[in-house]
Amino acid sequence: MAEASYPADLLYHSEHDWARIDEADPTTATLGITWYAQDALGEVVFLELPAVGTATSKDASYAEIESVKAVSDVVAPLSGEIVEVNEALTENPGAVNEDPYGEGWLVKVRLTDASEREALMDAASYSASLDG
Amino acid sequence: MSAGAVAEGPAIPAREARTIFQKGAPGRRAFVCPSLDVPETDAEELLPARFRRAEPPRLPEVSEPEIVRHYVGISKRNFDLDSGFYPLGSCTMKHNPRMHERVAALPGHSRLHPLQRPERAQGALELMWNLQSALSEISGLPYVSLQPSAGSHGELAGVLLTRAYHEDRGETRHKVLIPDTAHGTNPATVTMAGMEVVKLATDAAGGVDVDDLRAKCGPDAACLMLTNPNTLGLFDPNIEEIAAIVHGVGATLYYDGANLNAVMGLSRPGDMGFDIVHFNLHKSFTQPHGGGGPGSGPIAVSERIAPFLPRPLVVRRERPHRNGGASAPGDEHDRGEIPRANGHSPAALSRTFVYDLEYDRPKSIGRLRGFQGNYGCLVRAYAYICSLGADGLKDASEVAVLNANYLLARLSEQGVAEHLPLAYGQLCMHEFVLSGGPMKRGLGLKTLDLAKRLLDFGYHPPTVYFPLLVDEALMIEPTETETKETLDGFADAIAAILKEAAEDPEIARNAPYSTPVRRLDEVAAAKRPVIRQALD
Amino acid sequence: MSRYTAITEANLDAMLAAIGVGSVREMFDRQIPAGVRLGRPLDLPEGLGEQEVYAHLRDLAARNSSVEDELSFLGAGMYDHYVPALIDMLTERSEFLTPYTPYQPEISQGGLQVMFEYQTAISELTGLPVSNASVYEGPSAVAAAGYLAKLHNGRRRFVVSAGLHPHAIETLRTHAHGYGMEVVEVPLSDGATDPGEWARAIDGDTSAAIFAQPNFYGAVEDAEALSAAARDAGGEAGGGGSPGAGAGAAGGRPLVICQVDPIPLGILKPPGECGVDVAVGEGQPLGNRLDFGGPSFGLFAAREEYLRRMPGRIAGETVDADGRRGFVLTLQTREQHIRREKATSNICTAQALNALAGVVYLAWLGRAGIVELGELLLARTHYARETLAGLDGVEKLHERPVIREFAVRLDADVGAVIRRCLKDGVNPGVDLQALTGRAQDAGGLLVAITERRSRADIDRLAQVLGGAVAAERDPAVADEAVTA
Repeated sequence: MAEASYPADLLYHSEHDWARIDEADPTTATLGITWYAQDALGEVVFLELPAVGTATSKDASYAEIESVKAVSDVVAPLSGEIVEVNEALTENPGAVNEDPYGEGWLVKVRLTDASEREALMDAASYSASLDG
Repeated sequence: MSAGAVAEGPAIPAREARTIFQKGAPGRRAFVCPSLDVPETDAEELLPARFRRAEPPRLPEVSEPEIVRHYVGISKRNFDLDSGFYPLGSCTMKHNPRMHERVAALPGHSRLHPLQRPERAQGALELMWNLQSALSEISGLPYVSLQPSAGSHGELAGVLLTRAYHEDRGETRHKVLIPDTAHGTNPATVTMAGMEVVKLATDAAGGVDVDDLRAKCGPDAACLMLTNPNTLGLFDPNIEEIAAIVHGVGATLYYDGANLNAVMGLSRPGDMGFDIVHFNLHKSFTQPHGGGGPGSGPIAVSERIAPFLPRPLVVRRERPHRNGGASAPGDEHDRGEIPRANGHSPAALSRTFVYDLEYDRPKSIGRLRGFQGNYGCLVRAYAYICSLGADGLKDASEVAVLNANYLLARLSEQGVAEHLPLAYGQLCMHEFVLSGGPMKRGLGLKTLDLAKRLLDFGYHPPTVYFPLLVDEALMIEPTETETKETLDGFADAIAAILKEAAEDPEIARNAPYSTPVRRLDEVAAAKRPVIRQALD
Repeated sequence: MSRYTAITEANLDAMLAAIGVGSVREMFDRQIPAGVRLGRPLDLPEGLGEQEVYAHLRDLAARNSSVEDELSFLGAGMYDHYVPALIDMLTERSEFLTPYTPYQPEISQGGLQVMFEYQTAISELTGLPVSNASVYEGPSAVAAAGYLAKLHNGRRRFVVSAGLHPHAIETLRTHAHGYGMEVVEVPLSDGATDPGEWARAIDGDTSAAIFAQPNFYGAVEDAEALSAAARDAGGEAGGGGSPGAGAGAAGGRPLVICQVDPIPLGILKPPGECGVDVAVGEGQPLGNRLDFGGPSFGLFAAREEYLRRMPGRIAGETVDADGRRGFVLTLQTREQHIRREKATSNICTAQALNALAGVVYLAWLGRAGIVELGELLLARTHYARETLAGLDGVEKLHERPVIREFAVRLDADVGAVIRRCLKDGVNPGVDLQALTGRAQDAGGLLVAITERRSRADIDRLAQVLGGAVAAERDPAVADEAVTA
């Protein structure tokens, strides 16, 4: 994705991760990394994603993303249990760069603490924090 | 045609790289096996079929001329230090004297089995002892082990020694403090030694942030790992205070010797307060880099750390006198000296001492590797120290610092400095770090592009993107074996590339042009690694 | 100015002026605090010219007994194989000798291609698909493999066969003490790893099970059985053991690590076909000098699934901007310069030049040659063992097949026997107990046979050893020998 974008319907974590609360079922959320994160990393070549059933803990790392010359921890914006992993990224890690909010999603979690959403930023606040 | 311009003329057909496995033909051979001269025995009795390999390994089938032509051919696709300037930061790419190869190849050194009995390896053990003494004097620390295989291995030894030291005092300390400018081997080593990294900030002047150190250096600190001068090429003016803080909480102070080339004969880590020092013999002491090794990483330690040194240790004892007098206790750790008379071991001196390997060291951390260390590298380093002597080593460091400051002065001229400003400080020691940030913003050229374009000018680029602290870093260490003309040529090349980029940055962005291959696709290599030749 | 520096008076004036200082000393005065300046010359002798240095180094060499000075049967990890002259010629070439690690691949295709070829050769030799571009040497390669196992499964114990090289066991212990792992040793019986003890020692908390092939006493182990037993015995992690760090690391089973000797792999079933996960070993026998123990290289190969946990440099194939085949360092995110405290190893400088010697040597031996060499060693070693065992006071330590090295037990003081042999210009082998420190190795002698030891040499060994043992066993014989 060539241009920076931060969709309004997502929640953002200061470590450059996003969460999309499922409209139909607010107890589940999809997680990923933002445009800023993938741009800083460069072309993604490999991801180390956790297994289904692993717990995520807000503010803690749950995965690693690699480009040729860098490795980044992926921080969980919300706590929960992983119910689905984006297996397609094994064959096509570049999806994280091309479509970080769509095809580049990392995991889906069943949330354990809905109130954690309060601590996250909206798109405007996150975008502003990048300019600072 | 100006240097670096793309050549005109008919295209030279590119030769596709073929590995040795893609050459040769069935039946060709280079090795002729000696014939069987013992009675034949039933194969099954010698080695039962179930242990035998069904198919031989698919090694090449090539004649000797094919082997020679293949490897000589691919050697020509390498840039090397003998061919040109190689200013990699903290690597100390100084000239490798060829006489070292000659002495290292002497059969008495090169064909000596490591388990030869010490009484029949006195020359080797004396060499090791003398080298230990010299390194001890250079570092200002009394006890030396030549065992570690490389700098990182020496670092591991240092952290393990620190652990042993604290354990011996009944303490368990797990934190190792490392500045954010540190080379990656430092934190990697800490984890391998089962400890935890605590990062220290760098202050505005480029040295350790002493306030941050004070805040983080408590009674649970095991060690502070530093290199001085650091990776910014700056000697830390607060080193004495830093040592006091660290020792004040009972922690050890570790010196990463990668930058020793700046201070030989001028300042000694032992005098700065360091407890443990590692040397990179493949840096300051001219062991050739070999394309990525071999190296050697001896360590020198203070009195309180000595009991924990790896085993075995090279020791020296007085030869018992004819009338049966025993050697005095403590003699084996007498530092001794390199023989002086005409550079030879005076015959009398040689026959006075016996050299040995001492294994009985109850507090030792044990072995870090097999046998005694990379002896072949020790021979070369020793020959270098004998060649240079006290004055020569000091001269080497003085000229290393002179050359770096001169190159910095040339690169601080107008036309360069505004694009590649010095990141910290004014003067530097043996290396300096420029920031390519302004170049990126002003000319649209990244440090990587500058580096690739330098290849077309016939120079190996400096280190890029390290230290991490500096944006678009370019880390330059010329070393003392370069002439002023070479430094001038390099500075001129940088200036030319920047001028070229101001007109057309695309040239550098697509560089190099004149190398055996163009820019390589590292992303593909990482996504789908192919790390061996496919066969059939 | 020395022969390696070149700053003339004129140069100096111009340079100081450009820098803006009055003297070289001023640059140091301004940067190094007075309190840590060395105020005196180093207490080292004056430098010498090349000719004097050469004479001194030659003098030191003359006081060493190399394999050219005696008939040597020393082995135990490093062997006197014949190294062809073309290897010296290639390793002395500037283009291979003097560059550093290939960080700029466009001008390092020579070195990178050598690594790629070396990785291929080691993969072929071990029967395992992935190899790195070398680690330091044998024993620390074992420690590095242990670190890989720990990172992979997070379990807490290594089980090692007493058949591993003693230096490897000790090195592993030193490293393991650092990263907090226990090391448990399993004894041998009749020369090979005791299968019952092996199975009993391995459990759900075993991170890796490690044995040598051939083992330290020269014996061929049943590698397939040891691997299978390790997998069976070390099933799911015991209760309370955490699955370990990182996504994807589960309890699983112990890794099977095999320390190999590369030369016998020409005829021995390779570790990759014996259920081994990681093969490591001392590379010196492949085209490298003895050099009193180093430098050499360590080989390190593994199954595909451990690729991203491998230590050390790895060269990979790719294409350039014009579509030409080329090579680069790949998977660098494993390494210290990127991953720092989470790296798979701290290794930076490895053993590239020695690995070059290794791959050239393997190309020189060739597909047929490595088999012929193996068969020759097999036959001569068998002959040597049988001949020595026929001497009075000498018996085999075990009956297992041997390929290039074997152990005998002498009914006499081993040190004294060796000293007698040396007087006759024969170095009969390694004093086993002096190396291992094991009580059961008393009287043990480890004898290595290479292609440089002919039948006549072996016969001479037998003659001299037989005489030495006899002299030590019977003082009367000794007295006769002295007065004769």
